[in-house]
Amino acid sequence: MTEANQKTPLHALHVELGARMSPFAGYDMPIQYRSGVLAEHLHTRKAVGLFDVSHMGQALIQGGDHATVASFLESLCPADLLDLRPGRQRYTQLLNQSGGIVDDLMVTRPAGAEGALRLVVNASRKEVDFALIRQRLPFGVRLTLLPEAALIALQGPLAASTLARLAPGEAVETMAFMSARAAQIAGFETFVSRSGYTGEDGYEISIASAQAESFARILLDQPDVAPIGLGARDSLRLEAGLCLYGHELDETIDPIESALSWSIQKRRRVEGGFPGAERIQGALAIGPVRRRVGVLPDGRAPAREGAEIVSSDGAQIGVVTSGGFGPSVNGPIAMGYVARVHAAVGTPINLMVRGKPLSARVVTLPFHPHAYYRS
Amino acid sequence: MPEIRYSKDHEYIRVDSGEGVVGITDYAQQQLGDVVFAEMPPVGKALKKGDPAAVVESVKAASDVFTPASGEILAVNSEVESTPGIINEDALGRGWLFRIKLADAGELTALMDEAAYADFLKTLA
Repeated sequence: MTEANQKTPLHALHVELGARMSPFAGYDMPIQYRSGVLAEHLHTRKAVGLFDVSHMGQALIQGGDHATVASFLESLCPADLLDLRPGRQRYTQLLNQSGGIVDDLMVTRPAGAEGALRLVVNASRKEVDFALIRQRLPFGVRLTLLPEAALIALQGPLAASTLARLAPGEAVETMAFMSARAAQIAGFETFVSRSGYTGEDGYEISIASAQAESFARILLDQPDVAPIGLGARDSLRLEAGLCLYGHELDETIDPIESALSWSIQKRRRVEGGFPGAERIQGALAIGPVRRRVGVLPDGRAPAREGAEIVSSDGAQIGVVTSGGFGPSVNGPIAMGYVARVHAAVGTPINLMVRGKPLSARVVTLPFHPHAYYRS
Repeated sequence: MPEIRYSKDHEYIRVDSGEGVVGITDYAQQQLGDVVFAEMPPVGKALKKGDPAAVVESVKAASDVFTPASGEILAVNSEVESTPGIINEDALGRGWLFRIKLADAGELTALMDEAAYADFLKTLA
């Protein structure tokens, strides 16, 4: 476990901005600012939200050439990383020997740095992840943690115009979705990716910790930019149908059950060669036993994590893994796992809330349409 | 003259002529954040002091509201059911939750008055 209540480089700024701070994954993090979760969520959907995600783990894996480093990571993850082009990014999972998810992460191949892959992993899992990677490192491949780098996400429909204003000549507004590169923004050296976890267009910006606060202040001084806490980050990702480790994902769940098969490219499906390949290839062939689905309650009452999902005849068929209120949906939303026979869109189900069954339906994810940049 | 009393769970009860109007305090609504759902007790239900009576939910979490006095539910605030956000706007006024017929007015003496509740809040800061 991580030491309790570590601070990110933006901690003092959060406090100054009136954030309600709370422990999260070993860090003292802003849950919300003065305007509250609802307003912060809606602001991100219509303007720009600034999120401190410096608690996440950033690292570099380096070796002689791309094939060496990519092959190594392919021995732990099911994505096609050999095929990852310079400057591009992929979402994948670290797997255990039975194909369960140790963590989900972003892998970037920086252009102009042969034999390097950048990783961004979950805060709550970074020690487990890095220990696992280090244990498997072959001769000539090394893992370097980047604890002196902060990570700031800028998300929302005005993120591109906001960043472009601060980085004239860098053409950040035409960067492809899931691409990444070094860029000078407001005079600071940064490493920027066009990605995020809100369902909106936006960026994640890695910057030296010592410069993070000055940089964040410049971003916050821009019109339309507001600081957003972890409360709204959670409701945004839930509306976007995105998994959160420890909720939708854990070491017992594989990427097929969790409806992440899109993140396993064709060559890997055929060739295997990742931990738990047999289980995952089997699930791809015949379908998983249980499946992650979107759940839309018919009424107004939210169903929270842990709520049992029961069939119309009262048998338990699954469980809610994330549930709450979707501010943009303006109603309750949830995700959970159900037995495959109940996973079809439109299936009526019941959610047990305070001992009473509430009617709901299996629905398509996301709840709120993604607005990623398409060039 | 109506008098208002407070519980340590941050409910208030405004008492007049043997009836009480119950809601959550301004402190409670601030702690909870934006209220997006409220579930009310059935009218006619008899509750004992401290029983869970209603549920108020924010984007993040659900909180039980315990009745600060025993009695029978006489009415619930339908405006809060349709527009739960009024709890944030006016917790002690339009954001009331339910009206209860007091079974034992003597129970109220165990609750805090305005000044005692203000002191209690200071201990939480």
